[in-house]
Amino acid sequence: MEKTNRPVKNRSLPGNESLLRQLWNDPMGRTGMIGVSIVILLAVFAPWIAQYDVAKMNARAKLTGPSAQFWFGTDHFGRDVFSRIVYGARVSLEVGIVAVGIAAGFGYLLGMIAGFFEGRVESIIMMVMDVIFAFPSILLALFIVSALGPSIINTMIAIGIVNIPVFTRTVRASVKTVKSTDYIANARSIGLKKMSILFKHVTPNVLAPFTVQATLALSGAILTEASMSFLGLGIQPPNPSWGSMLSDARKYMERAPWLVLFPALFIIMTILSFNILGDALRDVLDPKLKL
Amino acid sequence: MRDYIIRRLLTLIPILIGVSIAIFIVMQLIPGDVVSGILGIEETPELRAMWEAKLGLDKPLIQQYFSWIGKALTGDFGESFRTGAPVFPEIMNRFKISAELAILACVIAWIIALPLGILSSLKRNSIIDRIVRVVALLGVSVPNFASATLLILFFSKAFNYYTPVKYVGLFENFGTNMEIMLLPAFILGSVMAGSVMRMTRSSMLEVLRQDYIKAVRAKGAPERVTIFRHAFKNSSIPIVTLIGMQIGGLMGGTVVIEQIFSIPGLGQFTLTGITQRDFPVVQGCVLFIAFLYVVINLLVDILYSYIDPRISYS
Repeated sequence: MEKTNRPVKNRSLPGNESLLRQLWNDPMGRTGMIGVSIVILLAVFAPWIAQYDVAKMNARAKLTGPSAQFWFGTDHFGRDVFSRIVYGARVSLEVGIVAVGIAAGFGYLLGMIAGFFEGRVESIIMMVMDVIFAFPSILLALFIVSALGPSIINTMIAIGIVNIPVFTRTVRASVKTVKSTDYIANARSIGLKKMSILFKHVTPNVLAPFTVQATLALSGAILTEASMSFLGLGIQPPNPSWGSMLSDARKYMERAPWLVLFPALFIIMTILSFNILGDALRDVLDPKLKL
Repeated sequence: MRDYIIRRLLTLIPILIGVSIAIFIVMQLIPGDVVSGILGIEETPELRAMWEAKLGLDKPLIQQYFSWIGKALTGDFGESFRTGAPVFPEIMNRFKISAELAILACVIAWIIALPLGILSSLKRNSIIDRIVRVVALLGVSVPNFASATLLILFFSKAFNYYTPVKYVGLFENFGTNMEIMLLPAFILGSVMAGSVMRMTRSSMLEVLRQDYIKAVRAKGAPERVTIFRHAFKNSSIPIVTLIGMQIGGLMGGTVVIEQIFSIPGLGQFTLTGITQRDFPVVQGCVLFIAFLYVVINLLVDILYSYIDPRISYS
């Protein structure tokens, strides 16, 4: 088995160290990594970085401009914008990671089953995926949240469901390609069980496209959450969300443009960083696509 | 070809049935019941029974589904709980507005993206290529609500200019209509342009390194002919696929932009239905949008054969 596995090893996910090093050596990869690291650090160390309680109102400091006391100014309730942006990073990442986790988990399982077993099972799974795909993603997410009620958990579930088909299709396509290789035929011929082939031999080879898809889906999930919160159907007050901060800011943007500028800047920086990292990951993991 | 179209139309049936079942199931998940939502504090057992009978909620779920879908097939999407007006004619009115916005956005996206994508592929790794790639990346990474808010702020601060708030139809006053629609269309178009630019560039690069392009150049064909007739045409299938998906996505996907610019389109209608818990409106809009999305994908599939005659549908 060792010998037959060797040629496909290049297509599998490289060891963490070499992958990180390869990403770091690529200027785009480095930019993406730095941007994503900043967002992760903000989210993880939010309680230490934020200067004020995100929900604490201060009637005396309403709509104060950026200063040494309030780095990014204050909003119409006198709340510190910097602290809310820092905690907003935590909310965005939480929603993004859980939603992509839901999508990736279900997508992986369904894609594996559809790609490996084929036949009627595959037709049914792909039909369900086609049905989910028949809705524009933001609309479907809004529709699901409208039924479940707006909350952070339901936002995660809605965005997760919307993203399942992309993962299912990616995994299914990879499984079908891997399945036709000689080493899988060999594994079958020596009598390995289907489950063993699926998880031990097929899985490592679908990880590369899967990882790229997960990174890109994360930026999509953060964007969808921000859009839903902007429309008032995502994260509910007093939890800070960049989307709802931007939406609230529109009423005061003439007097307090910083209320618009800072959340917008952070949303753009975060999504841009994830997209750049996703592109760089794709180039490293699947050099065939690098043009 | 005709057989293929018929076969593809037939495959739409199970998907649309699936879509309608999905919508029906999601509507059943709504906490609390519709009648309480309508009656509020005025609810009495008699009034409740009357409304349940009126809305058909006293029947078994399967019967409710068939009754709803049967009416929907004849264009009867029910009446709005809020206004009492039939939903379908309102959807059609709103659709015209969203379609205008979508068409404008597509035209803007193509005008920006296709020439720049082609140029970027021809000048690979040059400064032009790098600029185009950064612009494209920004296009796909800047959320439309963020760019819309920033542009509104910019125009108001720099030029003291505000887009008209009250919507005016295209045929009522062309100038005012364009004044209302161009900025939102530009914002939607710039997001679309980012992906189209990236796809055009990568697809063109793939085709430009093929042997037949070398052959075309070797026989002395003008560069314009090589690029447009041989390279671009053959690289356009993934671009058309992407554009098709984007047009489909614009139906309902314009919800955020319509909300920001107070454009009374389909997206805004759906959102109002969601926030006001006006279920016939939500159900009708989502079904209509999903139907459009599926039909647009079918049209894209059919378009493939015109672009690339090698694709056989037999």
